[in-house]
Amino acid sequence: MEYFVQQLINGITLGAIYGLIAIGYTMVYGIIGMINFAHGEIYMIGAFISLIAFLVVGAAGITYVPLALLLVLVVAMFFTALYGWAVERIAYRPLRGSFRLAPLISAIGMSIVLQNYVQLVQGARVKPLPPVIRGGFTVMEADGFAVSLSYLQIIIVVVTLALMAGFTYLITRTSLGRAQRATEQDMTMASLLGVNVDRIVSATFVIGASLAAVAGMMVTLYYGVVDFYIGFLAGIKAFTAAVLGGIGSLPGAMLGGLLIGLIEAFWSGYFTIEYKDVAAFSILVLVLIFRPSGLLGRPEIEKV
Amino acid sequence: MAVAGDTARSQGFAEMLKDAALASLVAAVLAVPLLGIRLIDSVQGLLLDTRIDWVWQAALVVFLGRLAMRLLARGAMTGGVAAGRRAFARFGERLAGWMGPLGWLMLGFAIVLPFLPFSDRNVVDRATLVLIYVMLGWGLNIVVGLAGLLDLGYVAFYAVGAYSYALLSSTFGLSFWVCLPLAGLLAASFGVALGFPVLRLRGDYLAIVTLGFGEIIRIVLLNWYHVTGGPNGISNVARPSFFGLEFRAPIEGEPATFSSFFGLDYSSYHRVIFLYFLILALAMLTNLFTLRIRRLPIGRAWEALREDETACRSLGINPTNTKLSAFALGAMFAGFAGSFFAARQGFVSPESFTFIESAIILAVVVLGGMGSQIGIVLAALLLVGLPEWFRDLQQYRMLAFGGAMVLIMLWRPRGLLSNRDPTMRLHPPGGERAP
Repeated sequence: MEYFVQQLINGITLGAIYGLIAIGYTMVYGIIGMINFAHGEIYMIGAFISLIAFLVVGAAGITYVPLALLLVLVVAMFFTALYGWAVERIAYRPLRGSFRLAPLISAIGMSIVLQNYVQLVQGARVKPLPPVIRGGFTVMEADGFAVSLSYLQIIIVVVTLALMAGFTYLITRTSLGRAQRATEQDMTMASLLGVNVDRIVSATFVIGASLAAVAGMMVTLYYGVVDFYIGFLAGIKAFTAAVLGGIGSLPGAMLGGLLIGLIEAFWSGYFTIEYKDVAAFSILVLVLIFRPSGLLGRPEIEKV
Repeated sequence: MAVAGDTARSQGFAEMLKDAALASLVAAVLAVPLLGIRLIDSVQGLLLDTRIDWVWQAALVVFLGRLAMRLLARGAMTGGVAAGRRAFARFGERLAGWMGPLGWLMLGFAIVLPFLPFSDRNVVDRATLVLIYVMLGWGLNIVVGLAGLLDLGYVAFYAVGAYSYALLSSTFGLSFWVCLPLAGLLAASFGVALGFPVLRLRGDYLAIVTLGFGEIIRIVLLNWYHVTGGPNGISNVARPSFFGLEFRAPIEGEPATFSSFFGLDYSSYHRVIFLYFLILALAMLTNLFTLRIRRLPIGRAWEALREDETACRSLGINPTNTKLSAFALGAMFAGFAGSFFAARQGFVSPESFTFIESAIILAVVVLGGMGSQIGIVLAALLLVGLPEWFRDLQQYRMLAFGGAMVLIMLWRPRGLLSNRDPTMRLHPPGGERAP
């Protein structure tokens, strides 16, 4: 029971991070119908920028932890969002209206470029960060096994929930969100009605990248290590989460992320840790075969 | 008139300068956190170092690049480049006519390569490596170029072929020539088994699922210790023989070896040349197969399916079976190439079959122009051959790969030497000329 609760806590934390990345996939897919293969690398860049920002903030002598966290968050979100924007501008926008696989191939190329760029400029070695937030609670204790809930895990879940709330507000209540939903439904019609479609697509990439930056910052804090290769696997898992929840659906992305996080935590807790990545890939394959529209998605109708 | 034109031009130039300045500003901001600050690993943990000059250099490069791009684009509008582009297109058409002779020429060169005066062990070894990628590219071309299915896990079939040979030969002592068809068959069955459930999916979903399969196979190879040896792989894989004649120094009283049978002095170079011709033959087999099958109903069905799946369905083509055949045949050639790879290396480990490998093969196909056989050879020379010769560039190799994939998509989405014309036409454009 205690072990179960511990895995539940770990799974929810992991799921919050996957959910944040998954939103980027699902929004981009909803609006321009492409798999943004480079999104995992954007998340990796977010993690790297957060790491660098932590060190810079530390070197500047800011020791008050909440202020430091806030500064790093803002810096990481800003720069990562700019990376997301630039990637869309360079590699995807000129290909709108090209044949279907062109943006995907371009995105794969971009993902290779970003990964190797970071490897070249920052080195291939794993970068450690000493723990910034220590301590936590012991939730329950029995038979010598203590279930712990760290402050960091609480922060991760709370920040994720806050971002989700803000994001939902943005999509459902603001004019930007309305324009985004209109573009998602019909790009041509939206542009005829005076929506600047290019700007809306850019905004989508910016929002997705800044959420990925938050995820990257949390992973840096949670695991304490970053390397240039983390984007690939995290990207695939977050994409799986988006597909599981129903691609194009925002609550679906969050739900999918949570499920993937829980499955991974329980899988490595009760089965084998070596095959935990196989679990994620298998879920992806199974969902796509048996329920391609996901849990909360609408079935897609193919038009001629 | 001329004055008005000049002001318009200078205004245009000012606008271009502004645009380039903006682009370089963005580049500078992007460069600040990752280029401008460097993390240094040290015993006390990470230290920071700044290198602001890199930021300026990046900004300058982007400024000049963007300006050049805009000037070229304007040149295209004012006519200078347009004429050049037309000439380029004419050149491309003429080149298409030369494709046949060029192909024969390259084949002839490939055959005499090991006997040319400048050839040594190194050259032949590298040519062998290039040919492996040519063969993989031609195999993947059946799936991506002809049938239009984006397969991101092609390396999985390559791995299946390599491990089939390694396991069959080390467990049952089967020879390379028995294992080669078996490896192809096994890879093809894997293709069918993996392809059957997922080929109903739409293009981009299919790509991600094949990527997932590729990773699953790699992780299984990595963790199934008692069969695959885990990360250590399988070593001492038997080398192929020349129709039963082995490549080793002759020993008295033992069966004849290659060198003693032909009365040559023993040299380890013989095996290198033999392997080179082996992969050349295998690659040419792949090529011949592709060229012939494109004329058959199944090949034409692939091309039709690539262009319009809905139309095919309404014309009575079974999309699943048609795609499955492309998938299985592509996998079979990867299996052949894989068993050759295992035989050449004498060692297999999961490290050789990562996603990057799939991406390289895909880059070869995409860059070469999906569907063009010669284009794939040129792309393999460019992407695999060139970095092999310039070792210093090795670390920039993957960066260049990715960049090339993006640029090709932006510039010529159909590939360098694109060949999307249907192989068969009811009314050939040039009269009664054979297609």
